[in-house]
Amino acid sequence: MKWNIKDAEHWSWKKYPEGALILEGGNATYYKTGGWRTDKPAWDEKKCTQCLICWISCPDSSIIVKDEKWDSFDYDHCKGCGICAKVCPADAISMHPEGGEE
Amino acid sequence: MAEVKLTEIRWHARGGQGAVTAAKLLAETALSQGQYFQAFPEYGPERMGAPIQAFTRISSEPIHIRSSIANPEIVVVLDPTLLKAVDVTSGMHEDGVLIVNTDDEPKAIRKAMGLKGRTIFTVNATRIAQETIGRPIPNTPMMGALVKATGMMPLGNLTDYVRKSFGKKFSEEIIEGNVRAVERAYAEVKAE
Amino acid sequence: MAKTATKQKTVAMTGNAGCALAMKQINPDVVAAYPITPQTTIVEEFANYVADGVVDTEYINVESEHSAMSACIGASAAGARVMTSTSSQGLALMWEELSIASALRLPIVMQTVNRALSGPINIHCDHSDSMGARDMGWIHLFAETAQEAYDNTIMALKIAEHKDVRLPVMSMHDGFITSHAIDRFEVLDDADVKKFVGDYMPKYSLLYNPNEPVTFGPFAMPAFYYEQRKQLRVAIDGSKEIVMKVTDDFAKLSGRQYGLFEEYRLDDADVAIVVLGSTAGTARYTIDAMRAQGVKVGMLKLRVFRPFPAAELAEALGKVKAVGVMDRSDSAGSLGGPVYTEIKAALYNSKQRPAMQGYVYGLGGRDTGPDQIETVVNDLVKVVKGEESPREAVTLLGVKE
Repeated sequence: MKWNIKDAEHWSWKKYPEGALILEGGNATYYKTGGWRTDKPAWDEKKCTQCLICWISCPDSSIIVKDEKWDSFDYDHCKGCGICAKVCPADAISMHPEGGEE
Repeated sequence: MAEVKLTEIRWHARGGQGAVTAAKLLAETALSQGQYFQAFPEYGPERMGAPIQAFTRISSEPIHIRSSIANPEIVVVLDPTLLKAVDVTSGMHEDGVLIVNTDDEPKAIRKAMGLKGRTIFTVNATRIAQETIGRPIPNTPMMGALVKATGMMPLGNLTDYVRKSFGKKFSEEIIEGNVRAVERAYAEVKAE
Repeated sequence: MAKTATKQKTVAMTGNAGCALAMKQINPDVVAAYPITPQTTIVEEFANYVADGVVDTEYINVESEHSAMSACIGASAAGARVMTSTSSQGLALMWEELSIASALRLPIVMQTVNRALSGPINIHCDHSDSMGARDMGWIHLFAETAQEAYDNTIMALKIAEHKDVRLPVMSMHDGFITSHAIDRFEVLDDADVKKFVGDYMPKYSLLYNPNEPVTFGPFAMPAFYYEQRKQLRVAIDGSKEIVMKVTDDFAKLSGRQYGLFEEYRLDDADVAIVVLGSTAGTARYTIDAMRAQGVKVGMLKLRVFRPFPAAELAEALGKVKAVGVMDRSDSAGSLGGPVYTEIKAALYNSKQRPAMQGYVYGLGGRDTGPDQIETVVNDLVKVVKGEESPREAVTLLGVKE
């Protein structure tokens, strides 16, 4: 990371790159979209066949895979769209209202 | 107005007769003898055959004025049918020079136009062009008549420049035809 | 003219041919343009250079000026040296891209051949097209002659690409009057132009370094937008110094010295006219004639309209008693033409404040002869003598009443 965008909304005009450019790639990760979520996905290990169609389908790259196995949801960025639950052929992912019991 | 050594020329022609090319050629010839110039056509909805005007300024000093020429000293008419269609003497100097491409004598033109003062030159540039170049394009012979009528440069400067300028684009036959056209018009132009 | 070691060639060419030649000598990476009268012969001649293989330019044929400017922005963001050219309605169609080019700090150079905006539709000269784009964050240069149009094109590129500027530049000359008249002027050697403009290496680009990705044109919320506009304001204000540095460097190369503006016989003048573009030549001619009759008149010819040299103008015009500002565009509903209102504002806090009158002239190519310049000067003389009060309302010169 070349520049720390923490507090960027309070910077002086002198600190922003010229032309409103963003000078590094992949920095969307700093923007936590998990707060947009009203429905939260849950995973059932017993039903999961490790096909990873959810990982391919997630528009926010919020399915974390480790060693080619399903690992976890990235709740910092998951917007709760429910696509993973919809595409899962084994019904291993289900959606639940945010703040309720899982 | 201050005394500025400036010659102002207005060209009358029909679209396609080469008045713009003649004005350009004159400007380039002026450059070749170290003079300053401006050459600019009057632009409008141009059509082949429509009456058009073009303008040339020539001076030994840099030219600053950029407005159109309202009071030309020299008026060149490339097509005799324009004499009835356009007021070619509009704003022209009392002691100006009118040069017309026509088979008529200067006296006949003066009478037909009811002109007083001014010097009238006539030459049949279309026929000369037909006989020398093989095409009825009057612009180069009219340059010869212009040089004779005004004495603005030696004839040799013009013919040298025609050879140099046309040499890039045309065959020897066409170049020499144009040179002969200039020389014949220079010799044949009549004045009154 | 100062003597320089540089070899130059005297040519007989139209202003547009001179501009196309300057583009050829610059050899830009990308040109995207759409033909429109009276700019057409620039892009036509430049397309010939491309077809003849004498330039390396990628020439993008587009279906409109909107696409032309869009392609220029994309190419410039990618890191290319980019030029284009337009007039009138073509510039108007580029409108929404103009502010993006400057906001993204893209050094695009555009020759704008001034032509009246429709309507009614008209192909002839006035400055309403580029004046309409005066708040778009571009640097605006105006040329009196074909020589200046050629020279400004070369300087525009160097100004635009300067590391402390990085802004788009519009280089203006008058439609038909300058663009289509064959004029005598000096042109530099190709090698000298190449050396003067140098190689272009953008500070940031989409393509030069794939390992350092950059985002151009992100969305800016209210917390971010305003600071970007402040940056633009500071950049264009600061470009004045670079405009003059490049102008002075060009003078060393060519022997032709320009400034933010030119003062002509202004030193001891009682009255002055302010003008830009080709009419400055007619004014010069008229002033010489009126000086010969004892009228103490001078001219200020504005070359750099953006950044607006307010302080320098206030100082130069503070010396005279009355000023007539001549605008070749009207700003209907405002106090007068844009040059008039800005110069008037520039002098408001000056200690020495001349009387000032605004004139609009030459709209849609209406011929502006010495008689109109004389009218302005005579008006100003009456104000100086106290025979008339300065006019509040703008005067439309040469209009049929």
